[in-house]
Formats: sequence, structure tokens, C-alpha cells
Amino acid sequence: MDLKDKLLSSFIAFENNVDLDHPVHEVRSEAIKNFETKGFPSKKDEAWKYTSLNNIQKVDFSVFPKKESALEYRDIKKYFLHEIDTYKIVFVDGVYSSYLSETTHDGVDVCLMSAALTKPQYKQVIDVYFNKVASKDETLTTLNTAFSKEGAYIYIPKNKVPKKPIQIVHFATGNEAALMLQPRNLVIAEENAEVQIIERHQSLTENEVFTNSVTEIFAAKDANVDYYKVQNDAKTASLVDNTYISQKDNSVVRVHTFSFGGKLTRNNLNFYQNGERIDSILKGVTILGDKQHVDHHTLVHHAQPNCESHQDYKGIFGEKSTGVFNGKIIVDKIAQKTNAFQQNNNILISDKATINTKPQLEIFADDVKCSHGCTIGQLDEDALFYLQSRGIPRKEATALLMYAFANNVLESVRIPELKTRINKIIANTLGVRVGFEL
Amino acid sequence: MLEIKDLHASVEDKKILKGINLQVKAGEVHAIMGPNGSGKSTLASVIAGKEEFEVKKGSVALNGEDLEELSPEERAHQGIFLSFQYPVEIPGVTVTNFMKTAINESRKARGLEDMPANQMLKLIREKSELLEIDRKFLSRSLNEGFSGGEKKRNEIFQMAMLEPKLAILDETDSGLDIDALRIVANGVNKLRGGENAIIVITHYQRLLEYIVPDFVHVLHDGKIVKSGTKELALELEEKGYDWIKQETVV
Repeated sequence: MDLKDKLLSSFIAFENNVDLDHPVHEVRSEAIKNFETKGFPSKKDEAWKYTSLNNIQKVDFSVFPKKESALEYRDIKKYFLHEIDTYKIVFVDGVYSSYLSETTHDGVDVCLMSAALTKPQYKQVIDVYFNKVASKDETLTTLNTAFSKEGAYIYIPKNKVPKKPIQIVHFATGNEAALMLQPRNLVIAEENAEVQIIERHQSLTENEVFTNSVTEIFAAKDANVDYYKVQNDAKTASLVDNTYISQKDNSVVRVHTFSFGGKLTRNNLNFYQNGERIDSILKGVTILGDKQHVDHHTLVHHAQPNCESHQDYKGIFGEKSTGVFNGKIIVDKIAQKTNAFQQNNNILISDKATINTKPQLEIFADDVKCSHGCTIGQLDEDALFYLQSRGIPRKEATALLMYAFANNVLESVRIPELKTRINKIIANTLGVRVGFEL
Repeated sequence: MLEIKDLHASVEDKKILKGINLQVKAGEVHAIMGPNGSGKSTLASVIAGKEEFEVKKGSVALNGEDLEELSPEERAHQGIFLSFQYPVEIPGVTVTNFMKTAINESRKARGLEDMPANQMLKLIREKSELLEIDRKFLSRSLNEGFSGGEKKRNEIFQMAMLEPKLAILDETDSGLDIDALRIVANGVNKLRGGENAIIVITHYQRLLEYIVPDFVHVLHDGKIVKSGTKELALELEEKGYDWIKQETVV
């Protein structure tokens, strides 16, 4: 039985464990029909030309984890940003771990999707927001919607700011020979609210993991949302991350994606601007080696006048790694005075590494400023010579230059401890000690 | 200290240096002058070990050791320093951190431990005062957004930090106003002593009023066509390079 058939039959079992009368279940039923018709995307789909899920479909994944696994905090502490106090929503093999988590209802809700989808007090919010910006057509998103049950639920009311950043961490323990996870997150920042979120997926063994995640983010008027994705998973873990963001007037949403680990990673990051004077910021640093594959598909839809978007993705590709950047910008006819900027710069440090980069601009308004640029190059020999002539060996000089290349993306990280952590991961990924704390 | 014998160097089969002979002894300051495209910067790069240039013939030796097989960083560890005409910008790496890395890598190559932090800070303070460099400047990204003058001053600051045996200053005076020129020259002169040698590459005589050379060489079409004392620089300033070119033809 292939993975599609397995998922379809699993849906019947899934229905035994959820409230079929809840309105969300209608959404799920519609979604599974869409997935049943479309199945997994193939290389024939333009959007999946460079990323193949064929190998993933051959694996016999467990769709429902069998039992809760206990993890000791001291063993997994390093995967948390433990230098600062944070709220934590932690899942182990897809199951919520109250022992490792720190949720809150103190003025803001930082809790579980399973609670939001079942408890009456959340019904109003769920009715308004759940599955409202996520695609009802994109096949993997609908697959997630069909099985949506658990994940992070974050609701920040008007004028509120949580006391500390929120970490969402998914662990896979390897209790299953192969595990498929489908977390579903919902983040709502009401008018003038602020929130900072760090998300991480971490497999703790060599056993295969496939995560198909969907996150919906709603930023109301004047809201400010910072979302950081730390993708530094084991080399046997694959991730498809579908993130959908809806913004209203004057809101600012920043999404940083740091892709260093994993076997196959696909990021579908979609911004919809539904108001004026909105700012959308998409930044990424990708550093790959081995046979790793990362595919960034971004979409920014400018649907109202006077808005901005800023995209800056940097990639460093070694060994036989492959990268994809596909950045689509749509500017509707009424979205005059749009400023949309897109930058994708890549360095290939191996003859066998590949990058496919493609800007896609669909501009229907006439008074706009849109720019895009993509570069693929090698390290600057003059710069290397400069560093070497100061006594810095070529390997360390190379690392310093790569660090410098990725640096401007890090500048906008607004949690200093996270910035330090990312710098350390970069130094480790590059395999150097450059004589000072980066 | 430095001995260059019949040096021929090319880049992509284009011959640039066509038989350079030069001897620089410890304690000496040599100026190399010449028109654009005569090979001055190439000579500096070849001594510092830039791989783009291929040495076709001849040799460069430092204190009797042939440099041919040494990488740029190994040459730096042997005490060669090149002040760049166009220093490279390194965003995200502060001047201080860059110097820490450079100094500790050189120490590592000599089998020494990292320089203790307090000693490093003291050294940085001392040398930045010498070059009248503002504290804030040290925590800026290396060369990023620096003015031409700041870049050059920073080069000489690095030189003062690294205390090389042989310093080659490639067009260090370009982009400097008169005050900055004096500060930079003062920094260079502090390094002068019986143990060190300096090669000043320049287009104009101006810098040589502050860093007074023992010898002046004129480079033309990849060869040293004339050598003399500091008076030669004055003569060049007065007459330009054309008479040298004519003399060469004759």
C-alpha cells in the first residue's frame, strides 16, 4: 500500500477519535476529498519541478504514534533556546508533552490546538480563523487540514504582548521505525498585539521522520509578529512547511527561516496583504552539505495600496546539496505604490552542488517599485587573499566570508540569544573555530 | 631580509613582471614608484603570495627562505604584511574580532597559546591610540562603510597590531587627506627599526616626505629601470615619468 492509500484509510480510523458533529469536521472532510483527488504532488507540477517526494512515498510511515514517549529535559535541553525564559509548547512524536511545556492563559492564550478545536470557549475564534488563510486547494495543505487535530494555538488579544517569546518544539523519538507528523498551528495577533515565536522540529534518532506542517498566522491592524523557523534537523528527517499569513493595516510580520539540517525541506511561505501600509519581511539563511535538499517557495500577494515586502534569502551549498528558491510576487491592479523587493544570493562551494533560483513577478499595477535580483557565485578570491594575508588560514577565511555573506539576514533577528545560537550553529555547520564567539 | 632575483610573473599568460631584482635589508625603507600599469601592485601581491599570479622565473626569499611554496597565510606567519590598496569589506566581523582572529592564528602557527584577553585589549588600545582611532570604530564591521581614509588607517592599525618583519604599503597614501596622511605615516615610522623593513609603493612623492625612504626604485614595464636615493623621488615629482620612459628606450 502506498502512502496515499495508507493516509486515506487512516482517515477513517482518525474519524473514530474526533467529534464528527463539530463544524471543523466538515472542513476536514472537504480537505480529504481534495487530497484524494490530487494525491501527492509530482515533478510534473510546475511548483514541484525540483523537489521530489517519491522516496518519501515509498516509506511505510506510522501515521498515528502508538504511545507517549518520555523524554528527560536534560537530554533535550540543547534543542531549546534555554538561555532565556520562554513559553513552550512541546510535542513528542506528535503528542503534547505537558511535562516539557509551559503554556499560559494569563491575558494571552498559549496552548494547544486540540483544546481550541474541542472546547466551547474557543469556538468563536475557530469559526473566524481556522483554515481561513490556508489553501483549500494545495494538496499537502489539505492533507494536513484533513488530519488537523493537534499543534500550537496562540491567541494574543488586542494591545497585549506575551511576557516572553514562545517556543514550539516537535521531537521525534524514533519509537516508530518511520513516523509521519502533521502539526497544525494557529497564531492570531489581534489589533496592536505583539508576539515572538520560535519553531523547531527535532528528530532524536536515525529513524525516518516526515513532517507535513501547516501554520496559519493572522496579524490584525498594527500587530507585530516575529516568527523564526530553526531547521537543523537530523539527516533522516524531511519537512514540508506550509505557512500562510494574513495581514491587516499597518501590521508587520517577519519570518526568518534558518535551514541547515534535514534531508529534504520544502518551505511554502505565503503572505497575503489585506490592508494598507503593511510590511512583510521574509528572510532566510540556508547552509547545506551532503545530499541535503532545501526548497524555498515564497509568495507575497499585494492586494492593497501602499504596502511593502522585503525578501532576502542567502544560500551556501556544498558537496552534493541542492537548493531551490522560487519567489513569486503578485501586485494587484489596485495595489498602487507597492514596494516589493526580492533578493536571492547563492554561493556554490562544490562543483556538484546545485541551485535553481527563479523570481516570478506578476504586476498589474503601474505605480510600483519592484526589484528582484538573484546571484549564483563562488567566494571572492580577492577577499580570501585579504584574509589569508593577515595570517588567517584558507579554511577559516572561507568560513569568515560565508559568515559575512549570511550576516545581513541575521541582523534583523530581534532575540539576541537566538541570534547568538544561530551564529553558533552556523560556525558548527561550517566546521570552524574562528577565534571569537561569532 | 628580502631578496628578489630575476622575478618574472604573469597573470593569464600576460607577462607583468619581467625580471625584477631587489634586495631589502633589515632597517631599510624602500620606495617603489612608477606609472600606472608598471607592475607595482603585482609585485606587492606576488611577494604576499596571491595565487592569481604565476611566477614563471626567478625567486623571492625572506631571510634566506624561498617563499615559492608558501601560502599567503604562511607568508603572513613569517612576518610579511601587505597593506591593501583596496581593502575588502567583511560585514558582521568587527575590527576587534578580526584582529583577534588574525593574531591568534599567527600565534597558533608559531605554536603559541591564544593571547590572553586582557593583553589583547591592552594591545588594541595602545595601537588604536597610536593611529588616533576612535573606540567606536573598533566595533564596526571590518571596512564596511569606511571612507577611503578610514580603510587606509585601519590597514596601518592592523600592521601595527601584527608587527610584521616586512611591511609592504600599496598606495597607502591614496584617499588620505593631509592630517590622516601624517597619522598614518607616524604609525608606519613607529614600526621602523633595525629589525624591520618597509616597502612603500606609491605614485607620488607626497607620502615620502613623511616616510623618508633610504632607496627609491622606479618600476617601468615590469622592470626596475632606475634606483637611487630619496632625491630620485623629488626628481620624478618634478619631471614626471616620461623622461624615465625615454631614457629606457634610449
